Amino acid sequence: MQSLDAEALCRQLAEQMRPHVSPATTLVGIRTGGLWLAERLHALLGITQPLGAIDVSFYRDDYAAKGLHTKPQRTEIPFNVENAPVIIVDDVLYTGRTTRAAINELFDYGRPASVGLAVLIDRGGRELPIAATYCALYLPEPLPTSQNLQLERDEDGSLNLRLIDA
Amino acid sequence: MRNPQLNKNGELQHLLTLDGLPRDVLNAILDNATPFTEVAEREVKKLPILRGKSIFNLFFENSTRTRTTFEIAAKRLSADVVNLNVSTSSTTKGESLLDTVDNLCAMQADMFVVRHAASGAPVLIAQHLQATGRDHIHVINAGDGRHAHPTQGLLDMYTIRHYKRDFTQLTIAIVGDVLHSRVARSQIAALTTLGVPEVRVIGPKTLLPTEIEKLGVRVFHDMSEGLRGVDVVMMLRLQNERMNGALLPTPQEFYKVWGLTAEKLALAKPDAIVMHPGPMNRGVEIESAVADGAQAVILPQVTFGIAVRMAVMSMLAGQ
Repeated sequence: MQSLDAEALCRQLAEQMRPHVSPATTLVGIRTGGLWLAERLHALLGITQPLGAIDVSFYRDDYAAKGLHTKPQRTEIPFNVENAPVIIVDDVLYTGRTTRAAINELFDYGRPASVGLAVLIDRGGRELPIAATYCALYLPEPLPTSQNLQLERDEDGSLNLRLIDA
Repeated sequence: MRNPQLNKNGELQHLLTLDGLPRDVLNAILDNATPFTEVAEREVKKLPILRGKSIFNLFFENSTRTRTTFEIAAKRLSADVVNLNVSTSSTTKGESLLDTVDNLCAMQADMFVVRHAASGAPVLIAQHLQATGRDHIHVINAGDGRHAHPTQGLLDMYTIRHYKRDFTQLTIAIVGDVLHSRVARSQIAALTTLGVPEVRVIGPKTLLPTEIEKLGVRVFHDMSEGLRGVDVVMMLRLQNERMNGALLPTPQEFYKVWGLTAEKLALAKPDAIVMHPGPMNRGVEIESAVADGAQAVILPQVTFGIAVRMAVMSMLAGQ
């Protein structure tokens, strides 16, 4: 597999999004990796609306089976969702279940004008009919399910993509 | 024997008492409550966590606030809530507690929230469920006799942590009718587990249980002395309905000696907070000027209570 430069992918993603950004555009990052990425995009694109953060723990479809095992954090949407163009930001698009949960949660805050999805990488393996609006890299072959791809942030704030064999 | 509140993985199976609940479980509940506080600010004040679950509020003793906050908590988690005011129902026709429970289990209950005048009733129900292999049904104690009121104790801890942050630097006074108070027992258990270095109880000898100092508290029979320098004042309600015989002269005299007035509160630290589990008896245990004053956090306690109950229900249902 080619080496994954998260910093370069982040810049590419911002350039893809730039022509479509308006003063009304809002970003919502999915905790935790998606939020790190959203913070970067927010700065790179000079977005004026405040940045939102979403924790989908309470909206997961496997809640009954898995419960509250990862410590949920606050969802904070500091702008009015009603009629806002919203772009959900996540690090890796995989089954689509996290995106589904985030869309559901977002709608509990109001009816957005539109919802887009920006991701660093689409690793394939979708289980729901969901696609990214903006994506810096599509993997040509889906990653095997035994592998876990996630975004990490170093102490100096730089982003790295790490591939872990589960 | 393992703690009957925890399952074999050490996770919360029932919430029956704070006494003996490990510190990490207490902290996990408080941590988990924080994200639930934000739900009240949304357009849609609902989370899908308990969708399709049936929660029975089984109140063998009257309560408005506790039952309502449990009901709101369950509904904000999308559960179906059934309120049973059992004091006016089957038990008056002679049905036993466990028969009532079995009948509700036959109606596919997922969780019971139980309040009972008899200490130990929720524990009995939990043991019955365990003995009959119904581990998927959970019990929350919403107050039993003089024993425990764990969710009140938890919301009090949440409130203290919200305003004071670090438990290990605090001096906390619990004032009033400790004898009849399940709230005080839950508070003392939680405060000592969370490492509060000095917990004081203040009250007349007739309203303090004998040997209460064995719970790790300092006893004061003088209000001024007890309040000096404290960070938190936790008032208790004078439970007239539970008193038999002459434990007190009159409510007026009680107020004169044990009521929290602005003058007495001035002995505590200037930034001390005042708490009360409600319902308040103004002019009996607390002066109106204090209850409505800047140091009172009595209404935030109620709001936090919903988030704390949501956290407990979510943790039980998600095992």
